[in-house]
Amino acid sequence: MNAAAWFGVCGATLVGVGLFGLVTNPEPLRKILAFNLVGSGVFLMFGVVAKRGAAVGLGGDPVPQALVITAIVVAFAATAMAIALLLRLFEATGEANLDSSLSGDAKRG
Amino acid sequence: MLNAAGLPDATTGSASLVLSIVLPVAGVVLSLVLGGRQAERIALVLLPIGLAIASVIFVQVTWGGHSLAYIVGDWAPPLGIVLRADGLSATMMMMTAVVICAIGIFAVADFRTPADVFEARAPFAFWILLLAIWSAMNIVFVGGDLFTLYVALELLTFAAVPLVSLDGRAETLQAALRYLLFAILGSVFYLVGAVLLYGTYGTLDIAMLSERVHADPATIAAAALMTAGLLAKTALFPLHLWLPPAHAGAPAAASAVLSALVVKGSFFLVVRLWFDVMPGIPGAAGTQVLGALGAAAIVFGNVLALRQQRLKLLVAYSTVAQIGYLFLMFPLAFNTASSALQSGSALTAGILQAISHATAKGAMFMSAGLMYAALGHDRIAGLAGIGRLLPMTVFAFALGGVSLIGLPPSGGFLAKWLLLDAAVVSGQWWWAAIMLAGGLLTSGYMFLVLSRAMTPALEPVKLHATIPQYQQAAALALALCSLLLGLVAFSSFDAVQIGRPVAAQVG
Repeated sequence: MNAAAWFGVCGATLVGVGLFGLVTNPEPLRKILAFNLVGSGVFLMFGVVAKRGAAVGLGGDPVPQALVITAIVVAFAATAMAIALLLRLFEATGEANLDSSLSGDAKRG
Repeated sequence: MLNAAGLPDATTGSASLVLSIVLPVAGVVLSLVLGGRQAERIALVLLPIGLAIASVIFVQVTWGGHSLAYIVGDWAPPLGIVLRADGLSATMMMMTAVVICAIGIFAVADFRTPADVFEARAPFAFWILLLAIWSAMNIVFVGGDLFTLYVALELLTFAAVPLVSLDGRAETLQAALRYLLFAILGSVFYLVGAVLLYGTYGTLDIAMLSERVHADPATIAAAALMTAGLLAKTALFPLHLWLPPAHAGAPAAASAVLSALVVKGSFFLVVRLWFDVMPGIPGAAGTQVLGALGAAAIVFGNVLALRQQRLKLLVAYSTVAQIGYLFLMFPLAFNTASSALQSGSALTAGILQAISHATAKGAMFMSAGLMYAALGHDRIAGLAGIGRLLPMTVFAFALGGVSLIGLPPSGGFLAKWLLLDAAVVSGQWWWAAIMLAGGLLTSGYMFLVLSRAMTPALEPVKLHATIPQYQQAAALALALCSLLLGLVAFSSFDAVQIGRPVAAQVG
C-alpha cells in the first residue's frame, strides 16, 4: 500500500469512528466532538484526492487543497455555533441534553 | 457547440445573477456595521430591489428562452466558478423573492425595534438572517459547481438555525441544536460525495460532470452519500424528526421562512444532482426508493398532523407530508427506455409543487401565528370564534389548505394533477393511490381546523392583541398567489424546462 492509500484508510476510519459516536452518544457535546472527527476524516480524504489527482505533473492537485480550507472554516463555524447554542441551553435549563422533556406550556406559563 | 459557460445558448455576462447574491450580503454587512434599527430599514429597502432583480432574471430567461450565465472573474471552469440561471433557477428565484417580500411585510409588526432602545436582539437578528437566507437561496439556485453549492447549503443552515431560537426559550434552543446536528451531518455527507466525485472526474462543475459521469462504484457511493445528506436537510421521512419542533417553536415569520423556503434549498440540490449531474446513475431502484420515502412521508406526516392538538405543530407536520409529494416526481420522471431521469412534465410538477407549497405554507404559518397572537394560544380545540374576529386570516389559512389538498384552481391542484397524470401514463398506479389518500387526509385536518375556527364562540372571545390589517393582507396575498398559480401556470409553466441540457430532453 502506498502513502495515499494509507491516508485514505485513516480518513475512512476517522469518518467511521466519528459517525458511530455521533449516532450512539446521547450527549450533545460528545456529538459535536464526534462531528469534528468525521470532519477531520473528510479533510484527510481531500488530501488523498489531491495526491491522486496530481496527473498533470504538479506535486499535488491544488484545487482540493483550496477546497479543504473552505471546508475547514465551515466546519469550524458549525462547531462554534453548536457550542454557542449548547451554552445557551445550559444557561436556560441548567443541563445540556437533547431529549424533549421540556414542555412548552410549563415554560410559557 | 458548448460555449465557455458549458451550456448551449447561454447568455454570458449577466451581472444580475451576481447582484441577486451580493445585494443581500451587502445588506447584512451594512446592518452589522450600522447596527440597531438600521437593520430593519436596510432590509425593507432591499426587499423591493431584490424582487426587481429576480423579476428581471425571470423575464430574461422566459422571454429569451435560454439560460443566463456569469463567469466569476473571467476564470472559466474547471478552475473558475460559473453562475447559471436556467428556467428551474429563475422560477425558484422568483418564488423566493415573492415569499421573502410577503414575509418581510408581515414581520414589520413582529420585529420592530422598540423606540426607547438602540438595538433589540430579536429584530436585529431576524432582519439580518432574512437577508442572509435570501442570498444563500440565490446561490443555491444559480451555483454552477458542487462545491459552491456546498458553501451555499452551509450558509443557508447557519442562517436558518438561529431563526428557530430567536426568542431564546429553552425548548427552541433544544430544537435549534437538534436541527443543527442533523444539518451538519447532512452537509458532511454531501462533502464526502463531492470529494469522491472530484477524485474520480477531476471537476465539480455541473455541466462538465454531466458529460463525464458514468456508473462506477465511487460515483454511485457519492450519489448515495450526497442524496442521504440532502434528505436529512430537507427533512424527508425518516429524517424529519428535527422539523416539527423547530418549525413550530419559531416565531411566525421565522416559521414561514423555514417551512416555505429553507427546506426547498436542499430539495433543489437533490433535483440538480439527479436531473442535471447524473440522470443515468440512480436507476429504477434508486428512484423507487426515493418515491417510497416520499410516500411514507405523505402518510406518516398527514396522520400525525391529524392527531396534533396545536395549530402550529399541525402546520409543521403537514410540511413533513408535503415534502413527500416533492419526492414522488423522481420515480415518475424515470424513463425506462433510456434508463435515465427525464426532464418532462414530472419535473415541472415537482417544481410547481415546491412553489405552491412554499406560498401556501408561508401563508398558513403567518395565519397560524396571527391566530396565536390574537388568542394567546394555538390549541385547535379553543379556536371557536376566531373566524368572526379574524375573517381575513382564517380565509388565508383556508386558501393555503386548498392548495395543500390540491383543489382546483390552486397551484397544488395543477402539480398533483400533473403527477397523477405521469403516474397513470407510466403505469405506476401505486403513487396515484398514495397521492389520493394523502389528499383525503389533508382535507381531514383542514376540515378539523376550519370547522373549529368557524364555530361561533359560546362566550365572547377576548383578544390578547390587535392584529394589524397589513399582516393579515400579507398572509392573504401569499395564499392568493398559491391559489392563482394554477391559472397562471397553465400558460407559462414550461418556464421550468428552459435551458435543460439537450441530452436529457432526447433521453
